[in-house]
Amino acid sequence: MTLPSETTRVEPQAPSDRATVFEARQVTKVYPMGDVDVHALRGVDFALRESEFIVLLGPSGSGKSTLLNILGGLDVPTSGDVFYRGDALTTADESTLTRYRRNHVGFVFQFYNLIPSLTARENVALVTDIGEDPLTPEEALERVDLGDRLDHFPSQLSGGQQQRVAIARAIAKNPDVLLCDEPTGALDIQTGVVVLEAIAKVNRELGTTTAVITHNASIAEMADRVVALADGRIASIRENSTRKTPRDLSW
Amino acid sequence: MPAIHRKLLRDLWRIKGQVLAIALVIAAAVTVFIMYLGAFDSLQLTRAAYYDRYRFADVFASLKRAPRRLEDRIREIPGVAQAELRVSADVSLDMPDMAEPAVAQFVSIPVQRRTMLNDVFIRRGRYIDPNRPNEVLVNEGFALAHGLEPGDSIAAVVNGTRRVFEIAGVALSPEFVYIIRPGNVVPDNEHHGVVWMNERELAAAFDMEGGFNDVALRLMPGVAGDDVIAALDRMLERYGGRGAITRDTQLSNWFLTNELSQLQSFGTMVPIIFLAVAAFLLNVVLGRIVTLQREQIAALKALGYSNFEVGLHYYLWALAVAVIGIAIGIGGGTWLASSMMNLYNDFFRFPILEFRISPSIIAAAVAVSLASALLGARGAVRRAVRLPPAEAMRPQTPAQYSVSLIERLGLGSWLSPPTRMIVRNLTRRPLRTLLSIVGIAFGGAMVVEGSFFIDAMNSIVATEFSVAQRQDLTVTFVEPRSAGAMYEIAGLDGVMNVEPMRAVPARLRFGHRSRQTSITGLVANPDLMRVVHAGRTAISFPPGGLVLSRQMSRIIGAAAGDTVTIEVLEGSRPTRDVTVARVVDDYLGAYVYMEIDTVNDLMRESRVVSGAVLQVDGLRTDAIYDRLKNTPSVAAVTLKEAAVEGFRATIEQNMDVIIFFNQVFSSVIAFGVIYNAARISLSERAWELASLRVLGFTKGEIAYVLLGEFALLTAVAIPTGLLLGYGLAWLTVETIGTTELYRIPLVVGDNTYARATISVLVATFVSSAVVRRRLNRLDLVGVLKARE
Ligand SMILES: Nc1ncnc2c1ncn2[C@@H]1O[C@H](COP(=O)(O)OP(=O)(O)OP(=O)(O)O)[C@@H](O)[C@H]1O
Ligand SMILES: [Mg+2]
Repeated sequence: MTLPSETTRVEPQAPSDRATVFEARQVTKVYPMGDVDVHALRGVDFALRESEFIVLLGPSGSGKSTLLNILGGLDVPTSGDVFYRGDALTTADESTLTRYRRNHVGFVFQFYNLIPSLTARENVALVTDIGEDPLTPEEALERVDLGDRLDHFPSQLSGGQQQRVAIARAIAKNPDVLLCDEPTGALDIQTGVVVLEAIAKVNRELGTTTAVITHNASIAEMADRVVALADGRIASIRENSTRKTPRDLSW
Repeated sequence: MPAIHRKLLRDLWRIKGQVLAIALVIAAAVTVFIMYLGAFDSLQLTRAAYYDRYRFADVFASLKRAPRRLEDRIREIPGVAQAELRVSADVSLDMPDMAEPAVAQFVSIPVQRRTMLNDVFIRRGRYIDPNRPNEVLVNEGFALAHGLEPGDSIAAVVNGTRRVFEIAGVALSPEFVYIIRPGNVVPDNEHHGVVWMNERELAAAFDMEGGFNDVALRLMPGVAGDDVIAALDRMLERYGGRGAITRDTQLSNWFLTNELSQLQSFGTMVPIIFLAVAAFLLNVVLGRIVTLQREQIAALKALGYSNFEVGLHYYLWALAVAVIGIAIGIGGGTWLASSMMNLYNDFFRFPILEFRISPSIIAAAVAVSLASALLGARGAVRRAVRLPPAEAMRPQTPAQYSVSLIERLGLGSWLSPPTRMIVRNLTRRPLRTLLSIVGIAFGGAMVVEGSFFIDAMNSIVATEFSVAQRQDLTVTFVEPRSAGAMYEIAGLDGVMNVEPMRAVPARLRFGHRSRQTSITGLVANPDLMRVVHAGRTAISFPPGGLVLSRQMSRIIGAAAGDTVTIEVLEGSRPTRDVTVARVVDDYLGAYVYMEIDTVNDLMRESRVVSGAVLQVDGLRTDAIYDRLKNTPSVAAVTLKEAAVEGFRATIEQNMDVIIFFNQVFSSVIAFGVIYNAARISLSERAWELASLRVLGFTKGEIAYVLLGEFALLTAVAIPTGLLLGYGLAWLTVETIGTTELYRIPLVVGDNTYARATISVLVATFVSSAVVRRRLNRLDLVGVLKARE
């Protein structure tokens, strides 16, 4: 599989007209756990389009993280197919997936996963060191309002600040897709807004296709579409006619 | 610098104690490697330069007496470049500072100094003056032992006449680097010396005018000695030739070679063990680091780092540690190699010293250390590479605990909750518990390995000098004599017991192998001069058969039941096929024994002796010495006491240093291993322990949970380590415990076990104290916030 390294940045259009970035077909994921199999995904069909901003909702254990991991090339489904711009992620080998993650995907993890021995700046540099056309770490941290915490270690930052470093790290490589697993889970409203604004700004200004997992239904208002998962299946897909800005969300 | 390398440096810095501990193990290996092999290399160079510059001969032969006119014919043997005819004889010296006699080998030197084979280096004083017939040179070791200086004089009984010689100079010769009497294993500078004397005078004193009894040859380049030896032997046969030998088996050189090969095997074997331990340590430490950094690894992969980059990151850990160790080791090794060289030089006394640590030794040390570090890191790297990146998105699942066996047996109610935590933690991951135990056990094992040589040496002394040789003195006659000579000695006042000996020079052949040696004839069931098998049983000598030392059996390749050919090189020079009756596992030397009557029969002689061993009354020794010194037929008197002391002194001088280094390094390793084990369990459990503290546990209680576990591990590890140490000792004895010179018995004494146990306990105690201090300062908030 070949992956385009330069992406075309598309001007905002009506979502339905845009090219498909991700397409999932009958995706299942089963974790064998001793005698029982845990069915994390039970046949998910779903598409994500260029520059689209979607929110994944659903109860705990419904398979949100699993789906996002598969889209991000971190995990492979047990069955079904996943395409990224027409290329199958499901049949890609390890090094192709690595290149895919390195050049196209920005991740924000549910548990930050900062490297404790590196400062905020260095955590971001981890990505800019290997990216193709990255921002500088300082720029990226500036975007999440952490310009004054460049040389702090994760243990010297609050949970919200760590989360923002994680976001800076995700956007620093100018990714084509931004995948965020509960980016505001640990944050208060005000910080949550800052973080969401940073994400929305990337989506808006750079046209980065964005998927955000959240438990907070009100965040869904900023999305183009809201995908609800329940028990490993897509329960509903709702399209928002207007997108709210993070500031206007009612938490 | 890329952020990922920064992470490497910070991570290394954070566990600098552990890094240093592992680096020190590698450093110990590199140090030992460079020290031994560097000293080996330098000594070999030194020896080669010495031999070259002072023209050490290629072939040596001694004989009864031949006319000097043979010289031209010897020179004409094809392949001979130079020949040196000499007179040589053992002379009993009367040293004023000792009651007992000393023995010197008198060797003739030209009256006018010229370039000769086995040339002398004059350390002090000067060469002999042609006009002063009584001037001699003495070897430096003997001169130092007796405080002799040029200008001093020494008294000797030469061929029955007492004579006084003037010392012109103190000298060294490549022929006598290692001065050793046949039958001894170590030099004894007090009792044995070499005296170089004006050849005219020496010949006259021994009725050798116009004749010689010793010849040394230098061969032309590229000539193998065999044909020359055969020709020379044929020529000297009718003059009582005792069989020519090449320099390989020339006594001094042979000992030196053995000494060097011992250095070489130490330099190879010991570092291999050390590096294996270092690899094991790296494996454990890196394995646990990978476990601790599981989420970081997953994040790196999710961010787009390839398996190669992640793997490389952890390999670089190992390499960084190795590089630190190598740097320390190269410095330490070079320094110690030069100290070792000086030490050896005190012993061997080379006139020239060539010191060099060759780049190839350094390169080999570096390569081997890096390779073992990479090997140690391999398992951890493989796990890091295999870790699925999706893990990064998930918090670590709580570890699976179960109720331990002890509790299931109903003993749980006796265990306090913290004790239960200890037991469950140990039983949860049996493999890891096992690794921890093996790790600590290695610490103890290394100490056993480093110390058991002392036990082995003591056992050799005890066996060879108490159980086997029970005589006080050994008397050697100038010429073989009738048994009457022995009874004469037996009749001396204070002699309590006498046993005859009959030694004949002979060549042993078996298949295509042969060895020039001497056959020692002893009484069938000796009381004094016994030969002991496997450190325990004194053997008897069956009539008709040969008894071989294990070493001799190896050298010529013959075992019990085989028939070997002996060519006697004395008297009527009979050649006879004889069966090897048994091979005896003795510890020192390579001997050939036979029952004395059988030797007499073989020689077609009636009861003839060449020496005797005596047991004497300790209060009358001075009188006995006095008589023996003045008995012309007695060539040499050897004291067992002196032999034992010489042996101990030599071991002290040589082995002690080796043993000392081994002990220091093994203690370093023991500490490194144990400190690492303690630090790993601390870092693994910091989060859990901090949580306990938050729940209200006291510092003492959490220390109990951690250190109690550690104490339990140590308690199991100590006996395991002693066992493992015995195994390492066995391995060492099997691989490098045998040279032609000695066979190290597998003996590990209680002292050694105690030393190992104490080392482990001390290391455990110190490591626990460090961990305890860290526990007291445990930053609760920090630990709980930043899970690593
Ligand atoms: N590695 C794994 N091994 C076993 N089971 C797993 C694994 N990862 C996920 N699961 C199971 O799959 C199901 C879906 O998990 P997933 O993490 O996708 O849920 P989620 O929707 O993200 O939940 P949350 O909102 O709590 O993060 C759960 O039942 C979970 O226990
Ligand atoms: Mg989740």
